[in-house]
Parts: sequence; C-alpha cells; structure tokens
Amino acid sequence: MTTAVDRIAIKAKERPGDRIFSTATVVAGSLILAVLAAVAIFLFVQSVPAFMAAPDDFKGDFSNFWSYVAPLAFGTIWSAFLALLMAVPVAIAVALFISHFAPRKLAQGLGYLIDLLAAVPSVVFGLWGIGVLAPLVQPFYASLVEWFGWFPLFAGPVSGTGRTIFTVAIVLAVMVLPIITAICREIFLQTPVLYEEASLALGATRWEMITMAVLPFGRAGIISAAMLGLGRALGETMAVAMVLSPSPQILFQLFTSQNPTTIAANIALNFPEAHGVGVNILLATGLVLFVITLIVNMIARVIINRRKAFSGAN
Amino acid sequence: MTTMTVSTPVSNSLTAGKLPKNTPLMVLAASWIVVGAIFAVVFMSGATESYNWVGTLFFGTVLYCVVLYLFSYFVEGVRRAKDRLVTALVTIAFVVALIPLVSLVGTTLINGLPAFLTPTFFTESQRNVVGAGGGALHAIVGTLFVTGLATLISVPIGLLTAIYLTEYGRGRLARGITFFVDVMTGIPSIVAGLFAYALFSLLFNDPGIRFGFGGSVALSVLMIPVVVRSSEEMLKLVPNELREAAYALGVPKWLTIVKVVLPTSLAGIVTGIMISISRVIGETAPLLIIAGFTASMNYDMFSERMMTLPVFVYNQYASQGADSQAYIDRAWAGALTLIVIVMLLNLVARLVARTFSPKLGR
Repeated sequence: MTTAVDRIAIKAKERPGDRIFSTATVVAGSLILAVLAAVAIFLFVQSVPAFMAAPDDFKGDFSNFWSYVAPLAFGTIWSAFLALLMAVPVAIAVALFISHFAPRKLAQGLGYLIDLLAAVPSVVFGLWGIGVLAPLVQPFYASLVEWFGWFPLFAGPVSGTGRTIFTVAIVLAVMVLPIITAICREIFLQTPVLYEEASLALGATRWEMITMAVLPFGRAGIISAAMLGLGRALGETMAVAMVLSPSPQILFQLFTSQNPTTIAANIALNFPEAHGVGVNILLATGLVLFVITLIVNMIARVIINRRKAFSGAN
Repeated sequence: MTTMTVSTPVSNSLTAGKLPKNTPLMVLAASWIVVGAIFAVVFMSGATESYNWVGTLFFGTVLYCVVLYLFSYFVEGVRRAKDRLVTALVTIAFVVALIPLVSLVGTTLINGLPAFLTPTFFTESQRNVVGAGGGALHAIVGTLFVTGLATLISVPIGLLTAIYLTEYGRGRLARGITFFVDVMTGIPSIVAGLFAYALFSLLFNDPGIRFGFGGSVALSVLMIPVVVRSSEEMLKLVPNELREAAYALGVPKWLTIVKVVLPTSLAGIVTGIMISISRVIGETAPLLIIAGFTASMNYDMFSERMMTLPVFVYNQYASQGADSQAYIDRAWAGALTLIVIVMLLNLVARLVARTFSPKLGR
C-alpha cells in the first residue's frame, strides 16, 4: 500500500533568489553563444563589399577576392603545418619527461618552467625571432641550400636575413609547444596507475610501459592537443608579421627571401593604413581565417568528445 | 628439523647484467670531452676562427646517445638499451625546449634593461619625443585600463557560465555551450579585434574608429572562454557531499552556490582569472586594430586612440625614427615590462593556488 505515497514528487520551494540566480547563469551562458554568432555575423556583413571589389582595390596584382586570399590561406596553413611538424614530437617528449621521467620532486617545477613559455607575449617572440633566431639560423640555411639545393623544398637562392617561412615555423613551434605539452601532460598523468604498475610488474621497461599503457590511453588527448596547437599556430599574428619578409605567392621553398605570408600577419601589417574597400577586404580575409580555425577546432573537439567515451579520458 | 643451505659463490643477482648506476653521467661527460678534444684540435689547427661550442655540445650529445645505446645493448640487451635511449632522447627534448625560454628571457633582460632603468620610462609618455628619451607611461596606463575593463566584463560572464555548466546545465543548451566555449578558446586574437572593429564601426558608423573600450571588448572575447574553462574545472572539484549537506540543512540552491561552492573553490578561480589576465595582457593584434596607437596619454576609454604596452613594443620596432637604436631599446624595455608583469601574475597565481586550494587528487 505504498504506491501512492512513493510516487508523490517532493517539489522544492522556488524562491525568488533561485529564480534570479539561475536565470542570470542561463543568460550568461547564452551570451557566449550570442557572441560567437555575432563574431560571424558582423564579420560577414562587413566583408560583403570585399567579395564584389574591383581588381584595382586590391594591394598587388589580383583579379578578385579569392585570388587575393588563396596565397594568404596557403601561407597560413603551410607555416602552421611546419610548426606542428616540429612541435608535436618535442611536446610529447617533454610531456613524457615531466610526467614519467623527471624526478618526482622536480616535476612540478619543471612543468611550470614550460608553462612560462606560454605566458610570453607574442610581440616578444617577434622581437626575439628577428633579433636572435633569424641571424642564428641563417648560416644553417645557407649550407642546407648549398648541399641539398636539389631537393625542391630547399631550393635557393638562400635568404640573406634568415627571415623566411621556416624561421617563422620555428617561432610558431616554440609558441605552441607549451600548449601541446600542458594538455599531453595532463592526459599522461591521468593514465590509471594500476595499468602502469601492472605492466612494470610484468617486467616491462619504462619505455615499454609507456608504449603499452600511457600512449594508447592518451591518444585522443594527443590528437586534440595537436589540433589546439594547430589552431593557435594558424591564428598567430605578431610573430609572423614581424619576422617574415612577405610576398603574396604560393611557394613551398623554405629558405628563400620569397615567402608566402599568413592571413593574420597580412591584416596586422595592412590594417592601420587601410581605407575604404581595403578595410572590407582585410575583414573578409579575417572571416576566412575565422572559418578555417573554427573548422579545425570543431573537428578537434568532435574527435575528443567521441573518443572520450571509451578511452576513459574524462 | 634443520634446513640445509647450499652455499654458492656470492653473486649479487640484483645488479648482475646491469650497468652501474652512474653510467649515463660518465658516458655523457666522456663523450663531451672526446668531441671537445676533437673540436679543440680543429680550432688550434686554425680551420675555424673561434672554438665551436654549439658543435661540441651537439655532437657530444649525439655520441652520448650512440655509445650509451651500444653499452647497454651488449650488457643489458636490446630492451634495456631502447629504454635508455628513449630516456636520453626525452631528457634532451626537455632541454631543447628550455633553450628558447632561456635565450628569450636573457636577450630581453640584456637589451631591455638600459632603457628600462632610465627614470623617465615609467613617468613620461612619447609625446613630442623624437629619438631617445621619453617613456612608456601612456602604454602602461592604457594596458591597465583596457585589460582591467576586459576583466570586469569577462569575470562575471565567465563565472556565471561556469556555474550554469556545473550546477544547472543539463541537456542540449549545456552541451552546446561547453562545445562552443571550447571552440571559442581557439579564436585567433586578430579575429577578435576585427570583430570589435566591425561591431563598433557599424554601430557608430565611423570607418576609422579607434578607442580603448573596443580593445576591452576584443580582449573579453578572448578571455571569457578561458575564465569559463578554468572556473568550471575548479567548481567540478568541489565535493558533492558539501552541496548535499547544505541542501539537507534546507539551504536554497543559490545560497548553497554562493556560500558553499564558491568559497570552497575560490583559490582555484582566482588562479584561473589571473592566468587568463596574463594570457590577454600580452595580446597585440586586436589592440593594434581597434585601440590603435598614439604617443600621448589618454585616460578616456571611450574616445580617441589608446596606446597599450604590446602595441608600444610593436610600434617602436616597426616605425623606427632616425635614431633607430633608441626605438629598438624602448621596444625591448617594453617587452621586458610585459614579461615582468606576466611572470609576476603567473607566479602570484601559482602561490595563491598552492597556499589556499584544498588538496585533492594528485
């Protein structure tokens, strides 16, 4: 005879404070979605004139908007790709060092050192790239071009200043390294200790334990970290704008003085002097960059969310 | 009953077939010395004009990896050898990752200190300054204003959203917000600046619009997702028992959040906010676009251009005058100021986190 009694749901008393507070949180949450939508909408509205711009509105020799943005988009993706190629292996190694190889007592401090790298503002990286890195690597470029010039990527003539797309890629790699490292480190630390201890107890060396327990467990995390690093590298502005000596073409050569520039750097360099349709054209390239990074980030998130369910990384 | 023990010649089974513990260090020192000697001979024969330190360290380390692998391969077998090789490589990767940090901080200190230590750097602006002299006060004030206002906008929105996601959010809206907050962390900073420009130039119908408040809005777009993510993580750490205990005592939900959940996670939230400030305080691109640059003081957020430190650094570098060294010196001094601010923020944040946070997990 308990059926009737059990079914009555006890309803909490709704107080005005509760109402106001929960509404405020919902509004704040929705505001974020609204801001994201507003970014897309306002950029789109402002870029409409650019899609119909006449050829002489463009800086340089271009017939329409798409031929203007193509080399920029190429430069953006190419430099970010090169940067990731360098950053991801090093970042995984550094994360492993901090999580599994370094002495326990030092590990946290060492991780903090790498995090400091993430805190350095990008203009400072730009100054460093021109002042220190470019002169330092130029001799290496010269000898690479001299010895391996037959390889298409290394074709000459070598840049005399070292301010090439490869230098930019190195700077970008240094900038995304701490982001990728931080995420990988968190993921590696989440590996269930029982797995690690079990494989060590079965006689595995530390490296075998890592390949069998830690890396499979963290694969989704590593992919997501790399994608987030890619997103950062795609959108990085000042370091590229300062280090690169640009020319708007599609070129794969790494060490010449003719380098494709990136969307973000192109905007930063030209925006202060732009006027009329020129502003709209730059805004439209910004919209293209926004769409590219949005897609990269969304793919990354979908991968993480889908893998989360069975990798246990939550 | 007596047990018979067969005495055999003593061999320590724990260390048999293993290299002595300090082998890696010895091998490292030996390979550096060997390669160093080779380079010293090359140097003394006059083939290179200066001693090749970079080459010594590089080839010495390569030699170390090879020799250690071979030693271990013949004494301990291929599995141990691989393990030792990976340990060496991973450690090298860490050292390599630190080189840029050391080089960057070092050069900034060396190049920045002279102008940084001039008394006028923190008391004067660049108004009517040609060549050396003047200071960065206008930029420092601008940075404090713009970032301060951005913090004022971002923290309430970000914190409330985090509360929504942990305490209230169920279903589609919460999932959507989580997803898009994650996506928003990846918005390029320059796009945020372009957004602020597009918004305000439409609103005020002024295609040449530049003002400090726009910079704050742009920085908020970048800052909000960071605040949401970090506060959400911290709120999730609050044990459910605390909430249930409060409910059991009849405390309304909103008071539970305000009086129990938030105070418990306060240290973590403060840390997250400070880290997010340090993240946006160095942003150049959005401020270059919407706040512009100027050589004068400007205390009004809502009209006229406003200088900020990162833009100051860029501008000093990009448009050098006749006495270019003075401009470059000021750029480095500005960079040094930025690094000092950012590192202080990070350091204080870590201290706050370490001293006040509840000890949970590992």
